[in-house]
Amino acid sequence: MSVAAITVPAVSHAPSSAEDLAEKISIRNLDFFYGDNQALRDINVPLYQGKVTAFIGPSGCGKSTLLRILNRMYDLYPNQRATGHVRLDNDDILSPSQDLNLLRAKVGMVFQKPTPFPMTIFENIAFGIRLYERLPKSELEDRVRHALERAALWEEVKNKLNANGLSLSGGQQQRLCIARTVAVRPEVILFDEPCSALDPISTAKIEELIDELKDDYTIAIVTHNMQQAARVSDFTAFMYLGELVEFGETTRIFTNPDDRRTQDYITGRFG
Amino acid sequence: MAATFQSSLYASRRRRNRISMGLAFAATAFGLSWLVLILAVLLWEGFSGLSLAVFTEMTPPPGSAGGLLNPIVGSLVMTTIAVLISTPLGILAGTYMAEYGRYDRLTTVVRFINDILLSAPSIVVGLFVYEVMVAQMGHFSGWAGAVSLAVIVVPVVVRTTEDMLILVPDTLREAAASIGLPRSLMITKVAYRAARAGMVTGVLLAVARISGETAPLLFTALNNQFWSLNLNAPVASLPVVIFQFALSPYHDWQKLAWTGALIITLAVLALSIIARTLAAQRKTS
Repeated sequence: MSVAAITVPAVSHAPSSAEDLAEKISIRNLDFFYGDNQALRDINVPLYQGKVTAFIGPSGCGKSTLLRILNRMYDLYPNQRATGHVRLDNDDILSPSQDLNLLRAKVGMVFQKPTPFPMTIFENIAFGIRLYERLPKSELEDRVRHALERAALWEEVKNKLNANGLSLSGGQQQRLCIARTVAVRPEVILFDEPCSALDPISTAKIEELIDELKDDYTIAIVTHNMQQAARVSDFTAFMYLGELVEFGETTRIFTNPDDRRTQDYITGRFG
Repeated sequence: MAATFQSSLYASRRRRNRISMGLAFAATAFGLSWLVLILAVLLWEGFSGLSLAVFTEMTPPPGSAGGLLNPIVGSLVMTTIAVLISTPLGILAGTYMAEYGRYDRLTTVVRFINDILLSAPSIVVGLFVYEVMVAQMGHFSGWAGAVSLAVIVVPVVVRTTEDMLILVPDTLREAAASIGLPRSLMITKVAYRAARAGMVTGVLLAVARISGETAPLLFTALNNQFWSLNLNAPVASLPVVIFQFALSPYHDWQKLAWTGALIITLAVLALSIIARTLAAQRKTS
């Protein structure tokens, strides 16, 4: 593997100021370890405000690991540590004094497997809102409704808000999880392979949603599905064996990548 | 497609299968028949003595009529206190092991000791409480009885709480954390909710277990022929009364012992049914 390809500063691939891009999250010289095992090496990549950034690459390349650093999810487990600089606006995410609950309220996450809480549909959404705001009942109901509308789920569940969240179909559960995330009013939403457990129709709905959500949120999505990355993202980062090989505008990455490995991966000629 | 079919090989395998199946059936039938026999005798002897008086009158002196009111109430009171002491302790310990201290060495040590406690003979528990409570206080008491039952319940609740919480998928914990839920709320509002049916089942099964325990009560609550709710004095309990009456030479005492045994069995049966219903709910939800 050529050293040159690794050390090329990722930001140099950013488009030439055709539009104003603000870095919502900036990742610099990031390394990550599972015990003694280094999973990420010297990652440098920005997440631009109001844009969708897709992370693609073969299994085990570190995409999900990278995503789980952005809300310090790895902190739930022992012997995992990150070094380097990850900033949300001007706030150091990796700082030991970082308030993890506030960070996670700002950086929401949607997981591969739908994970509704074992409570009613209404409570699934209201639960997160109540954590940070004390609202009168009618206002809370409005917020729940708004979140469900944002997740394109309202029409399907408006008559059964008191049903258990687990009684919904897989695709509905995933949209419920998106609504739950949106309800907390985060600034960034991380999607960790959100469609890999869903059928094509549900997948199309989630992709539409992501497209609508990017007006208000900065979005990062990890996906195994390259068509999906091409469809939903503005920027794409290709990762391989714990390194960031290439980052740039999605259209360029998919049509004219700089790196041979990116080219091989997106054309399916890998390994 | 070249495999040659050796019918002798196949036939011998079928023969062996039939023999093992026959043995398995025979073993099951042998085990079950004793159980059925015990239950049948219990029902036969117990039901014939069942009457309203059993639940309204005190244990009689030999030769006169009476009931089992004081041991029934004594058992209920001591069991209730035991559950009130042990359930919070057990749930908190199990929560520590499954949530906060999952990767700690302390958890491994506690789990090991808890497993020993779980299989400790109950008479040892009785002797222990006799030594630390009865001997110190100078007399047998209902409190000592309740504590000895609590000592038996704690390890059961610790174990089931830990097991049930570990069954809650980590993805659910991550989802809770991802909306900024502090760990304490994640445990009480999300993990407990997901594990609730299993945890309640554990407590119910522990109650079923102590409702038949005799040995620990012999050394602690002893027995009482009379109506007494004073927990600082000896208190009657069903298992001890059954023990005493069944060994007596008096026919009417033996009759009451059968009835008491039937009452305990039915109570345990009811608890098991409730526990199973809850467990079934857990699977479907």
